[in-house]
Amino acid sequence: MKRQELQVAALENGTVIDHIPSAKLFQVISLLHLEHVHSAVTVGYNLKSKKMRHKSIIKIADKFFTDDEINQLSVITPNVTLSIIRGYEVVEKKEVKMPEELIGIVKCDNHKCITNNEPMRTRFRYLGKERGTLQCQYCNREIKLSEVKLV
Amino acid sequence: MENRSLVTIAHHSRQKIEYLIRMAQEFEKCPNRRLLDGRIVATLFFEPSTRTRLSFETAANRLGAKVIGFADPKVTSGTKGETLKDTIMMVSNYADIIVMRHHLEGAAQYASEISPVPIVNAGDGANQHPSQTMLDLYTINQTQGTLENLNIYLVGDLKYGRTVHSLLTAMRHFNPTFHFIAPDELAMPEHYKMYCSEKGIRFVEHQDFDADTIAGADILYMTRVQRERFTDLDEYERVKDRYLLSKAMLAKAKPNMKILHPLPRVNEIEYSIDDTPYAYYFQQARNGLYARQAILCDALGISLDDIINDKTIINN
Repeated sequence: MKRQELQVAALENGTVIDHIPSAKLFQVISLLHLEHVHSAVTVGYNLKSKKMRHKSIIKIADKFFTDDEINQLSVITPNVTLSIIRGYEVVEKKEVKMPEELIGIVKCDNHKCITNNEPMRTRFRYLGKERGTLQCQYCNREIKLSEVKLV
Repeated sequence: MENRSLVTIAHHSRQKIEYLIRMAQEFEKCPNRRLLDGRIVATLFFEPSTRTRLSFETAANRLGAKVIGFADPKVTSGTKGETLKDTIMMVSNYADIIVMRHHLEGAAQYASEISPVPIVNAGDGANQHPSQTMLDLYTINQTQGTLENLNIYLVGDLKYGRTVHSLLTAMRHFNPTFHFIAPDELAMPEHYKMYCSEKGIRFVEHQDFDADTIAGADILYMTRVQRERFTDLDEYERVKDRYLLSKAMLAKAKPNMKILHPLPRVNEIEYSIDDTPYAYYFQQARNGLYARQAILCDALGISLDDIINDKTIINN
């Protein structure tokens, strides 16, 4: 892609998260704690996209995420494209994979769950593609992936 | 250090269940011992229950342990806003083991993660009640001579009844056929039926409740339709009397069939049934003592061998 065609400036080194549904952009920023990053973060919001009609994109300079950090996105934006940039080149593309356990990310929708009544982190287990649910490891309630709310 | 807490029976292997049954059998032979001499058992009942609490306290007392605790959450620091964590940490300074009942689901699981002493779940909201399941399993084994290949009929409140959910999960090792008899409003939840399908557990759903329906039962497990679990009290009034067992309905019952009930019962079992050989609910409650003695000892790291070779038995 020629650099002058980009709507958002190219990175020398860092991570690009592309094809974010625009409605989820701010959740992604929050989940990855991007408000605490010191290097340059460029955000494109409501950009035209061939794939999705509208999308958002985040480019974070000089920041690389662990697999665990990236996999947290699976609950809100499982289909983002993640590219690792070094020397203006894409050296690696990463996929977001649903981790087996999600700690401190998803809110339990059971108001009688201990997690909603005590200062503590939630813990959810992914029950697999067929079931398509997350199960609270405290009250055992299952939540459909599509209905997940973040803490 | 290994966490010996008992939060749920859902993950117990077949071997573990059989092991605990064997332990309870030893306690049925000799329930009075000094095995827990010098130990303190704390019973923390954040939600009211007299039966379960008395059962656990008797279990502890008959093994020589001392008991501390509270039965009324209104007197605890919880009313001052103390977190569950702080209460547990505080009590763990005094007791060797904590038995707790709490109205919030997952409370026992959380306690087991933060407590330096073992936690025994005496019931967490509508979630788990493992000691009830243990005594139910013990009773079924006692009356049928086995846990294998039985026809188990679950009647009444199958939606909110945690005892039936727990029993269903625990019985998965033993090739049962379940029969669900409940009104539509209180039917066995979908995710439990899915669980049965996934684990290859056979189940049949019935709408009727009469002599013919229950003729094939080895175990008839009656449950109370619980008013406190209803948000809509009109709905409660409509369903509460529908699934009552009368003596006439036992006309075709198998000779080995036993009627179980987690108690307290209201009117779901006709009193005239108490004198028939089918009634077993009071013996079932007594078995709670032995099952809970086994649970306490196992959580404290005492083995079946220790119990078999126990020199502290009090014979009277």
